[in-house]
Amino acid sequence: MRFTLNGTETEVRAHPLKRLLDVLREECGLTGTKEGCGEGECGACTVLVDGSPVVSCLVPFAQVRGAAVVTIEGLGGDHPLQRAFAHHSGAQCGICTPGMILAAVALGPNPPLEEIRVGLAGNLCRCTGYEAIYRAVRDA
Amino acid sequence: MRTALSALELREPRTLDEALGMLREDGPLVPIAGCTDVFVALHFGTQPARRFLDLWGLDELRGIEAQGGVLRIGALATHTDLLRSEAVRERLPMLAAAAREIGGVQIQNRGTLAGNIANGSPAGDTLPVLAVAEATVVLQSADGERRVPFGELYTGYRQTVIRPDELITAVEIPPVEGRQWFRKVGTRAAQAISKVVIAAVRGPRPRVALGSVAPTVVRLPATEAVLATGGSIEEAQEALATEIRPVDDVRSTAEYRLRVAANLLRQWWEETG
Amino acid sequence: MTPAVGHSVPRKDGLPKTTGAARYVDDLRFPGMLYGRTIRSTLPRGRIRSVHLDFDPAGFTVVDHRDIPGPRCNFVALIEDDQPFLASDRVNHLAEPILLLAHEDRERLMEARVHVEYEPEEPVLDPERSTTVFKEIRIRKGDVDAAMAGADLVLEGTYRTGHQEHVYIETNGVIAVPENGGITLYGSLQCPYYVHKALRALLQLPENRVRVVQTETGGGFGGKEEYPNILAGHAALLARKSGRPVKMVYDRTEDMLATTKRHPSVIRHRTGVTRDGRLVAMEIDVLMDGGAYVTLSPVVLSRGCIHAAGPYRCDHVRIDGRAVMTHTPPNGAFRGFGAPQTQFAMEVHMDRVAEALAIDPVTLREINALRPGDTSATGQTMGADCSAREALRAAVERSDYRRKRLEYAGTNRGIGLSLFFHGSGFTGSGEVYLASRATLEATESGVRIRVASVEMGQGTRTMHAQIVADALGIPYEQVEVVQPDTAQVPDSGPTVASRTCMVVGKILQRCAEEMRERLGDLTPGEYVRQHGPLEITRQFEKPEEISWDDTEYRGDAYAAYGWGCDVAEVELDPVTYEVRPLHLTVVHEIGKAIHPAMVRGQIEGGSAQGVGWALNEHVVMRGGGMVNPTLTDYTIPTTLDTPRMEVVVLENPTGYGPFGAKGVGEMPIDGPAPAVVNAIRHLGLDVREIPAVPEILMEAACASR
Repeated sequence: MRFTLNGTETEVRAHPLKRLLDVLREECGLTGTKEGCGEGECGACTVLVDGSPVVSCLVPFAQVRGAAVVTIEGLGGDHPLQRAFAHHSGAQCGICTPGMILAAVALGPNPPLEEIRVGLAGNLCRCTGYEAIYRAVRDA
Repeated sequence: MRTALSALELREPRTLDEALGMLREDGPLVPIAGCTDVFVALHFGTQPARRFLDLWGLDELRGIEAQGGVLRIGALATHTDLLRSEAVRERLPMLAAAAREIGGVQIQNRGTLAGNIANGSPAGDTLPVLAVAEATVVLQSADGERRVPFGELYTGYRQTVIRPDELITAVEIPPVEGRQWFRKVGTRAAQAISKVVIAAVRGPRPRVALGSVAPTVVRLPATEAVLATGGSIEEAQEALATEIRPVDDVRSTAEYRLRVAANLLRQWWEETG
Repeated sequence: MTPAVGHSVPRKDGLPKTTGAARYVDDLRFPGMLYGRTIRSTLPRGRIRSVHLDFDPAGFTVVDHRDIPGPRCNFVALIEDDQPFLASDRVNHLAEPILLLAHEDRERLMEARVHVEYEPEEPVLDPERSTTVFKEIRIRKGDVDAAMAGADLVLEGTYRTGHQEHVYIETNGVIAVPENGGITLYGSLQCPYYVHKALRALLQLPENRVRVVQTETGGGFGGKEEYPNILAGHAALLARKSGRPVKMVYDRTEDMLATTKRHPSVIRHRTGVTRDGRLVAMEIDVLMDGGAYVTLSPVVLSRGCIHAAGPYRCDHVRIDGRAVMTHTPPNGAFRGFGAPQTQFAMEVHMDRVAEALAIDPVTLREINALRPGDTSATGQTMGADCSAREALRAAVERSDYRRKRLEYAGTNRGIGLSLFFHGSGFTGSGEVYLASRATLEATESGVRIRVASVEMGQGTRTMHAQIVADALGIPYEQVEVVQPDTAQVPDSGPTVASRTCMVVGKILQRCAEEMRERLGDLTPGEYVRQHGPLEITRQFEKPEEISWDDTEYRGDAYAAYGWGCDVAEVELDPVTYEVRPLHLTVVHEIGKAIHPAMVRGQIEGGSAQGVGWALNEHVVMRGGGMVNPTLTDYTIPTTLDTPRMEVVVLENPTGYGPFGAKGVGEMPIDGPAPAVVNAIRHLGLDVREIPAVPEILMEAACASR
């Protein structure tokens, strides 16, 4: 099955109901996408599908046929949000960070604080109390 | 995931007709779209079905349009589609409000209106809205189409009149006269399941529906009748208590649900008066 | 050269964590690796009659208690030898491990059915009815009975706190690899040497045959302090028997059902005060629910009791603590370690005392707050770094508490505060017994730190590197920190108890100072090139003036304390009885902020966890087990449930920590719950238990009408 992964046309053979999360981690070797719950609550497995954030633990592989998927690895390493999260200690233990950053990417540039709070409400973080994440997103 | 993947099968129709044919010829198949409920059940190993029908690619089921007085919402409209739709925001703001409070952005981007209906959870946040809007659910099978009033859809806890060979293709909502009101009381401020959810319309004919207080979403005809005939809000609250059957569960208590439902009724009435 | 200490230098782990490059245990795979699974009890108490495998065992590795080298080895080495790795003839709690399976195919593994037949017995689930006492603690100061008799007012109260689940976003997980005639264990864990000790005892292996490597750890909060011992044991048993690497990573539900939680508590206060608000006598009874096995309950109880009288001066104090057994999964370490429970009770009680005396809560605390020269409940004399009143004053001023207290009266808004303290490092003689070591090694490019203290988000690597850089006078970038690996690092003790900066950091500082002398005018690189390797290891040294009597519970419980004051502002929705925390002002005095941004992160994160404990997080226990073990139904705060926070850091250095630093990891969770509940009291609702979920608040609201 073909889809675009981090900008590259990719072909992967996997069960059509395999979770996108598992396809990324196991078939594509991209372990930056994390599983925190498997029930769509924590947002740690957030990736972008055609630009929209989704929880990859609830997406069957068949449904990304022909779509563009972006994972944390697809941001390179020098994305303004990546730099800002590192700078402001927005990443503490780091396990929610890839999903958090991708959800923040979807907010677009310079989101106001209330939009950040609503836009990141689907990403649980247990380390920061979210304040350092707000600082990072606003500074990115 | 606690369900064995290799035992699962997915059929992938390219058109609605193909999908209906598969349901008829090759059923039973459980339709899936945004998977925000089905995949949770697969994760926990509580989904008994092993064969699924993928509707996600059927773009013909996706649109939202106003046809004359009727708002027609395609089965695959996501919660994000609903809250971004100008037609929905204008004609049915309480549906936009409900969509905004479902899950987080990630869930709103995937979960669909028809999925919320078919899943049939009494806590489904859009369901009280559809109940008071007196929506019609459009069902289609290989034989053709039939229309079921939303109020006749559920027969019990997660039980509907939808036949195994039928799909929800759209929801039609007639003009709603009066001021719309929606409120969700969840287990937390976001990413929450409703402990009580209410939708109501303050118009010539007051209408009110509640979720999470009975095995299915419920309209409250007796309560509405009290209000329609000029009864006091206290009398309406008494009627409400007879019309719901809340229970204790891990999320809340029957007592809380009963009292808060009554409080919400009053809040609605006072805010829209 | 700009000093590193006191500046928010780039975190050592910043880049790998923001790019997805950081490798957590579930990101690792080994050739030939199997997956492991635990078969657990389905009832809280009973005898095991039989265990039957309802599947074809071909291709499976099956381990039960008989695979453990000897009966004396089937205990998780910690404090008491009472918790088996695998149940043999009886089970004492729900989700107790009975049997282990491994297979290379996860589906086959998951589908394997095991039938266990039990002879059920009546479980004890209510700690107040338990007669099995794990530990008792008595703290005595002065003559409580006489003083109480002379008090103008005596106020009593009972306060309750519930379980709390850690919800580290990365669940517990390990991989055991058989190698070198022993076992190498990779895992998400806080205490490499705890696991090392537990594996050696279980497998009867010499020290050098067990190696424990900490993988990047996605949060701990105490939940990966002792629990990894048992999980590591399970994976190691499967790996030994199969001869292959075995990965065991819990899914969220298993993690919530089976692993430790914060101890629930019931705490009774009886307090005598004078009419003008002086505390004259305090009688405190602390009950903690330990769960089915002793694990760390004695030390949790100990820290809880030592903090039970709060940061207050009182000449006559009697504290009696008990940790008891119930047939529930063992409760364990959780950020704060007993102190959040007892200080919740103390601080809510203080507001009730203020109410009874018609004194303002701030004034009551002003009068009684410990100051330098005062003695604590254990008789410890407070040093010059005692900052209770400074924290209180800063918080009152910064939050505009007095004005808002008046302004909110009679509205749906409330404001409340809490004053608290937290001892840094192990209690009493704990650090002496630990005798932690740290190593510093000169390299071609700078120095390398070797310690067993782990990075789990709090910033260990960065903070240690800052301390060493400045003590040695070299740039921060030239300090590297090795991943904790028992083959590479000495035993610096566990990464717990707010000790990583103050205690381990101090040992590293001494290593660096000694290296500075040895280097003379050379850089580490020049020294290595001219003279060969240079490695310095130092051990914890007890400051002479610190003394502790473990039998009488008298003396210097901790070398230093941090001091804090929280002010919470909340809003009550009278329709739904929901309380929204609007704002939290947090003042912490921590000696010295080595890395201000990370300190702020610890304070904000711990405070948010405290607000969750106060309002949202409800572990629903039925029949001895958690019945809401999902992230859907155990609701930790999201962005919209977390108040905005203002953090104020005060610095009043201690001589016992590097550059004056005290501990900071745990204290933030002591304050929010009582501050929030006191704000709810300001609304007129008498709440004495947490979580104060809307269902509880509804009862209080109905009662107050």
